Amino acid sequence: MALMKVKFDLKKRVKLAQMLWLMYWFSIMAGVLVFSMGLFFKIELRKRSELMDNNESHFVPNILIGVGLLACCLNACGGKICYDSLDSTKFVKWKAILKPFLICCLFFNVLLVVTAAMCFVMRIPLEFTLAEGLKNGMKYYKDTDTPGRCYMKRTLDLMQMEFRCCGNNNYKDWFEIQWVSNRYLDFSSKEVKDRISSNVDGKYLMDGVPFSCCNPSSPRPCIQQQITNNSAHYSYDHYTEELNIWKRGCRDALVSYYGGMMNTIGILVLMVTLLQTAVMIGLQYVNTSLSTLVNPEDPESESEGWILEKTVKETFTDIMAKMKAMGKGNQVDEGANEEGVATVS
Amino acid sequence: MFSGAITFAMGVFLKTELHRRSEVMHSMDIHIVPNLLMAVGLASVGINICAGKVCQDSLDPSRFPRWKTFLPPFFCFSVFLTSLLLVAMILSFALQPSLEESLKIGLKNGIRFYKDTDTPGRCFQKETIDRLQIEFQCCGNTNYRDWFEVQWISNRYLDFTSKEVKDRVRSNVDGRYLLDGVPFSCCNPASPRPCIQYSLLDNYAHYNYEYQTEELNLYNRGCRQALVNYYMGLMNTIGPCVLFDFLLQMTILVSLRYLQTAMEGVIGQENVEIETEGYILEKGVKETLLETKEKMKKLLQFAQVGDASATTPETQPEEEKPATA
Repeated sequence: MALMKVKFDLKKRVKLAQMLWLMYWFSIMAGVLVFSMGLFFKIELRKRSELMDNNESHFVPNILIGVGLLACCLNACGGKICYDSLDSTKFVKWKAILKPFLICCLFFNVLLVVTAAMCFVMRIPLEFTLAEGLKNGMKYYKDTDTPGRCYMKRTLDLMQMEFRCCGNNNYKDWFEIQWVSNRYLDFSSKEVKDRISSNVDGKYLMDGVPFSCCNPSSPRPCIQQQITNNSAHYSYDHYTEELNIWKRGCRDALVSYYGGMMNTIGILVLMVTLLQTAVMIGLQYVNTSLSTLVNPEDPESESEGWILEKTVKETFTDIMAKMKAMGKGNQVDEGANEEGVATVS
Repeated sequence: MFSGAITFAMGVFLKTELHRRSEVMHSMDIHIVPNLLMAVGLASVGINICAGKVCQDSLDPSRFPRWKTFLPPFFCFSVFLTSLLLVAMILSFALQPSLEESLKIGLKNGIRFYKDTDTPGRCFQKETIDRLQIEFQCCGNTNYRDWFEVQWISNRYLDFTSKEVKDRVRSNVDGRYLLDGVPFSCCNPASPRPCIQYSLLDNYAHYNYEYQTEELNLYNRGCRQALVNYYMGLMNTIGPCVLFDFLLQMTILVSLRYLQTAMEGVIGQENVEIETEGYILEKGVKETLLETKEKMKKLLQFAQVGDASATTPETQPEEEKPATA
């Protein structure tokens, strides 16, 4: 008892082939889309690689690029097969490789599902990489004279302005590091000497943030220095002041940005998987309908098409038996006879 | 047809870009350029659809005659619309001084109302100017010193009991709190040192600082220049596309004219495979102009109150030039 058997006449076969050919074109475009999404994602990761500890794994975008290219190739092949299926003379040359091709498609679909799952899961390692990278970035903010780190200040400033965030978890992270370089500190002044002697490491710490933390929506000019000192500024209470500087931490901002991007890409890949499964089933119908012509010489005869020749359970047991037979055949000759199970070819 | 649609799309894009910054523009004169582009783009889509239909009908001599009376005014109309494209391009260059003036006034007002975040109608001026300066990497109208001449800190945040504030307010005629400082949005992220916003002209207020040689601290460009450059760049990109569209349209119209005149020789003939001539104008340009003037005068004389006098021959061309609409 075959799975989902359908009767076909010539008109139906032609219609199936044409529809399938159109769907293959869509699948090629979907493959190109997946490829370009992978490329876009890779570029976005590259742009912020300085903040990711230079350690971020480009595994997911690389897989997306590979899968996109593979999808294009497979779908182009499938489209050609469909096109040729309308002409029985041309179809003969494809007959032999059609079954392995379909099995390839099946594995490809599984790969697509795995890729989609990875897109959703990648958020977690990304969060750790970002936390580490941002912490280091802030540490090197003042080192604009050290080769290799001289652009860290600019990168961080531009990032804080673009993503509307301040610091790692929040703005208080800036209070714990020295972000003003020693080159610009007057060590003869009392204030500087006091601050430096007031902490163990001899760092110049202050309750101030860089200008890139400022929120343009604030009704008053930005207060960057002495943020926690209410009496330093007129009519200012830092407990209730909300619009002065960005409240969000940059790690949250970046994770939600990349997370959103990956969710979209993951959903897109799942939809492409559905499309691929549909074309695969269609191709199987084309294959079976053309192989079971009642009268092989007459192209207008009726035929049947199905997805699987037997039921799912039977097909599964058949495959297991075949694999066992192959496995035993590789072992050293035992001479014992196998239970010749009728293998389906 | 596609190029007409593209012209329309570019007009829309230009208009949205101008609209986004409309708060710092004083007058809306420059909007005529995108408006023209949009109108002509839409019209040319319609014209091209019509022309396509005419072409299709011209292959069948029995269907072509119904277009006969429609075509001459159609041509005049299309040529006029297409020349509007050229006009739009010329305007986009000619209106540059007007744009610059409009931006100058708009930015001046923006900077003046920067502190009025509690006045309805102006409360977003601060945010607009800050975002503009950050996005276009510019400071002030002409340069950063424009901020020194304006009180950009609201009185709400000034402690009038402190000596420093009282001194500053007293030191100028209008009683304004002026200082040699700029808002944070003027800060340049590429500067190696943390941004210096206040006491910019005082070298002793900051360690190892000299304002005459300091270049990277703030943005050096003025916002007016930055915006003018941006819009001119946009229009320079759109210019070649519009020119291309214009040439395409003219080619189509000329070819259509040839087709029409060639078909006129075929109408009424039994054998449609004969040769016919096509031309752009039936007579020379000068003669056609005179004839057109004659025709218009005749039309207008009939429209006047019963004047049974004979129409003027060509010997009195300049006589009564009625005010044409």
